[in-house]
Amino acid sequence: MSVSAPLARLGRAVLGALATTGRVAIFALDTVSHMLRPPFYGREFLLAVLQIGWLSLPVVGLTALFTGAALALQIYAGGARFNAESVVPSIVAIGMTRELGPVLGGLMVAARVASSIAAEIGTMKVTEQIDALVTLSTNPMKYLAAPRVLAATLTVPVLVAVGDSIGIMGGWLVGVNRLGFNSATYLRNTAEFLEGWDVGSGLAKGAVFGFLVALMGCYHGMHSGRGAMGVGAATKSAVVGASVLILASNYLLTEVFFSA
Amino acid sequence: MIELLGVHKAFGANAVLRGVDLQVARGTSVVIIGGSGTGKSVLLKCILGLVRPDAGAILVAGEDATMAGREAFLARFGMLFQGGALFDSLPVWQNVAFRLLRGAKKRPRAEAREIAVEKLRRVGLGSEVAELYPAELSGGMQKRVGLARAIAAEPEIIFFDEPTTGLDPIMAGVIDELIREIVVEMGATAMTITHDMRTVRSVADQVAMLHEGVIRWTGSVAEMDATPDPYVHQFIHGLGQGPIAAVR
Repeated sequence: MSVSAPLARLGRAVLGALATTGRVAIFALDTVSHMLRPPFYGREFLLAVLQIGWLSLPVVGLTALFTGAALALQIYAGGARFNAESVVPSIVAIGMTRELGPVLGGLMVAARVASSIAAEIGTMKVTEQIDALVTLSTNPMKYLAAPRVLAATLTVPVLVAVGDSIGIMGGWLVGVNRLGFNSATYLRNTAEFLEGWDVGSGLAKGAVFGFLVALMGCYHGMHSGRGAMGVGAATKSAVVGASVLILASNYLLTEVFFSA
Repeated sequence: MIELLGVHKAFGANAVLRGVDLQVARGTSVVIIGGSGTGKSVLLKCILGLVRPDAGAILVAGEDATMAGREAFLARFGMLFQGGALFDSLPVWQNVAFRLLRGAKKRPRAEAREIAVEKLRRVGLGSEVAELYPAELSGGMQKRVGLARAIAAEPEIIFFDEPTTGLDPIMAGVIDELIREIVVEMGATAMTITHDMRTVRSVADQVAMLHEGVIRWTGSVAEMDATPDPYVHQFIHGLGQGPIAAVR
């Protein structure tokens, strides 16, 4: 085997990754441009709000509840090593609003929404429904992608806000019922330590994560291969892509928002 | 009405269309026959702009299809897709009235529904079907709904992609008759692609055979039956022996 073969494979992989990045970026710009230009499909937007926002509430709420509860236990156990058990309310609140609320909420929405969007649009592609849209003088980017991406961008911050509240409540439940905190003191500590930007930065992250989740669902759905395998692969790629982008963008946003 | 001049299209190394020339006169019904994978669907998609040809020209009423304003251009067309391509998320009447509920041909919702029900009636479906979803319909009913959608906005040109594939012979015959009646009644220009020789005999004014990326033969149904062309002869009689390889 030639010495250059591994390098050639590496080069092809890098070029492939760059080409995909370029295609996703162009797709994102195209989607945003369709969000801003009429016609607007209000019914599609409202349906997407229902699907992405309302129907994701149970899974996001449950995730936040258990995460807040576990976080309280962990911080209490860790804080006990240096007599700092009293930081539980403030750390739970800051941890939920800045990081865990948006990231876990985003990941749960990625699992639920990116997969369903990719499967739906991918199936539409393989059954020629996308072609049918075009022949009916309807731009698929405007009709399918723009309403979903806009709906996710607007609703995921709301989901994050709800998740933050439920997560803090989970910590409060454990703090009061398992760890012996006084209820009023716990809530006062939470309110005193929590700053507006803690919540605001989490909501901003939620908007970015929502955009990425729906974008990945739409992109992979629109580029789905043929048949059941093609749709399955598109669905998997959408979830993996959305999850990785959420985690990577979370780091970047945290750097931007909180680095000194 | 439709003119194709030296249309080429390749997917990678696979040259599907290698210089297609075809003229379809206004108000005529042309059926394109040819084996699987010979590019019949690609040809229709090139005309509609769903696939961009690599070379050649496509003129519709003298207008270059690639230069025309998309919405106005596509408003001239109706298309029945092979699998129906009905939108799963919409009830039947909204599928039929899709074009009438948005865009340049938008009508009030009640009027659009009325037109949809009328078109459904025209293809033999009752108003009770209007509120059902495509998944609740049989294959034959889905084809009829697809046909109703194709004609809902009274297009000048209608494309039929394998209209009888997957249907039993009786239902296939019914769909063939409907297509013929509707095309004559509307005075539309029609292009149908099919393997089904009964569809060819029911629907065609003119037959064109696509083989190896070019239009190999054109003529009327009577000329098709009489032609000595060995390719046409083999295809229309479904013979395993002949110039067309049985395994492609």
